[in-house]
Amino acid sequence: MTQLTKATHSDVPTLVIRPSTGLSALNLRDLWVYRELVVFMIWRDIKVRYKQTALGALWAIIQPVMTMLVFTFLFNTVAKLPTDDIPAPIFSFSALLPWGLFTTALNAASRSLTSNTNMITKTYFPRLILPMASVLGGLVDFAIAFVILIGMMVYFHVYPGWNALWAVPVFLLLLIVTALGVALWLSAINVKYRDVGYALPFLTQFWMFVTPVVYSSEVIPEKWRVLFALNPMTGVINGFRWALLGAGNPPDLLVAISAVIAVLVLVSGLFYFRNMERTFADMI
Amino acid sequence: MTFAIKVESVSKRYRIGAAPQKFQYGMLRDQIVDTVTAPIRLLKSIGRKSTEHASRHNNFIWALRDVSFDVGEGQVLGIIGRNGAGKSTLLKVLSRVTEPTRGSITLRGRVGSLLEVGTGFHPELTGRDNIYLNGAILGMKRSEIAAKFDEIVSFSEVEQFIDTPVKRYSSGMYLRLAFAVAAHLEPEILVVDEVLAVGDADFQRKCLGKMGDVAQQGRTVLFVSHNMSAILRLTQETLVIEKGGLALRAPTSEAVDYYLSSGHAKAGERFWDPDEVPVNAAPFRPIALRVRSPRGDVVDTVRSTEPLTVEMEYQLEAPITGLRVGMYLNTMRGEFVLTSFDTDNPEQFEAFSARQPGRYLSRCEIPADLLNEGRYALGINASSFAVRRYFQDEQALAFNVDATGAPGMHWPEQRLGPIRPRLDWKIEQVG
Repeated sequence: MTQLTKATHSDVPTLVIRPSTGLSALNLRDLWVYRELVVFMIWRDIKVRYKQTALGALWAIIQPVMTMLVFTFLFNTVAKLPTDDIPAPIFSFSALLPWGLFTTALNAASRSLTSNTNMITKTYFPRLILPMASVLGGLVDFAIAFVILIGMMVYFHVYPGWNALWAVPVFLLLLIVTALGVALWLSAINVKYRDVGYALPFLTQFWMFVTPVVYSSEVIPEKWRVLFALNPMTGVINGFRWALLGAGNPPDLLVAISAVIAVLVLVSGLFYFRNMERTFADMI
Repeated sequence: MTFAIKVESVSKRYRIGAAPQKFQYGMLRDQIVDTVTAPIRLLKSIGRKSTEHASRHNNFIWALRDVSFDVGEGQVLGIIGRNGAGKSTLLKVLSRVTEPTRGSITLRGRVGSLLEVGTGFHPELTGRDNIYLNGAILGMKRSEIAAKFDEIVSFSEVEQFIDTPVKRYSSGMYLRLAFAVAAHLEPEILVVDEVLAVGDADFQRKCLGKMGDVAQQGRTVLFVSHNMSAILRLTQETLVIEKGGLALRAPTSEAVDYYLSSGHAKAGERFWDPDEVPVNAAPFRPIALRVRSPRGDVVDTVRSTEPLTVEMEYQLEAPITGLRVGMYLNTMRGEFVLTSFDTDNPEQFEAFSARQPGRYLSRCEIPADLLNEGRYALGINASSFAVRRYFQDEQALAFNVDATGAPGMHWPEQRLGPIRPRLDWKIEQVG
């Protein structure tokens, strides 16, 4: 909607506002100008998250640990799903961490625009900042729970190889790209249709069943693996298990498919978001 | 002179849905039916997208029509207009909150906009945290906020509570802190909406002082307000916005007078055209508001030593139960002097518990020896208590009071306060 151009005859930045037509440019420059606001919004979300709770940041640990116990009991003790010869609790926890980050990111980000209505109707800033900060804000809880994972690895004597040093950040990035892409779509749609709030719990639940969280990707029939790889979260979870526990196959062509899909979702999300952005203040 | 802001034929169109009209009386049954049938309507609308699109054209309103003006560097320009005239939309477009539908705006310099104070304040965070957060939302850098932090805190007068969550603040403290952050924003162009209407009188004075300083520093300021004295004090030139268009650009005193007398057939009288009255005022329709001298003439200057009559003429298209039609009397500084309704008297209240359709006159007399000299604004309100407000215009008509013959006129001085009653003084020597 706007262009920032340097005036030739002076140092004064000149801004031209005119109606945008068609697909608007991404305007990453503005995002850079407002980069401090991203940090401030993440910081606000984190500071506020566990205010007036008795257990505070312990919730970041309690949630995945309790889920891990329930999953281990249901899927490994009762249903006896294979865990690639890895102790069931850690097999389950290593997937619950990235999966938890993904669902928290989607939940927070889809509401990020509608819960900051007056920021949107009263000030200008690149709207992208809100879903972005929500997605990145989940990393703190992730880091806290990661400490528990390290503790469990020591306890169960499961040690990652050197690969973990590059692979964990790479798969974390893939996770963030996927989450941000989906979050951009959901948050923008949510401005017009609050149905997103009702659909999201189902979406994440179904998505978990088509992602190897409670089961190992070894149980997926060979001919279906390409289909599963279309879901970027399959690549993420498999990647984490491989990097941390040495389970499954090293990253192959299937991960590349996941990565391409993730990038496509992100880019399409960015354009959809930018296109909807100009009417946010009028519609919200 | 170089310009700081250049607005070229900007128009803004909004889509208004038909739905709010339908649920004017908020029937729960209608709501449920509508909610349940929503998916069916959605399916139907997919089938006939093109016809739907055509009929929607009627549901647009133009909040701004072809507005053009420019603001010189370092100029402080006021913007006034009645509610719904398009002032806020203009500010929203200027501050990039929403896009214009047509036209373009060129801004030379960093723009800071204050459409609201305390945007993004979080109740759980402390005053200190909120200063940083709000500053960042307004576009300040972290280092800038840190440098001005002490100044902001002392301006806000909440030093002792700076590490207390703002949810524990009184509303006055909250607003003071919020304004303090905003007041320390230092862009080249500042766009300000009505934010001075916060806090107690003392703090308002302080805010006005701060705004005056900003204006002195050679920054370009666009200032929207209903507070005519603030506009008069801070700006030399003012735009009057009417029905989405630019009605007048003139030196401020001229613009304020035009604003207060626009729509008048003659001085001392205000008429409402049917298209000026919002649709949701029905079945109430204001026709005129008049000030009359004791001799029955419509006048715009009355003497404080004589009674004056305020007359409201209106039409009811349907019977209304519990209607009260009243007036506001304000000073030009926007301070309320009094509010009074035509059914304040219990006997009138009984006699007019329900009014039949027809044309009415509600009249009252403001006694002699009550008002001080100066200019006053009359407003009108028509409502059923706790049920519905049909119509309200807080500044509908201006008139002057001449104090010739009023108490204390033998001293040529200005008396403070909006009223100047003739009081019965006794002087006794007691020792």
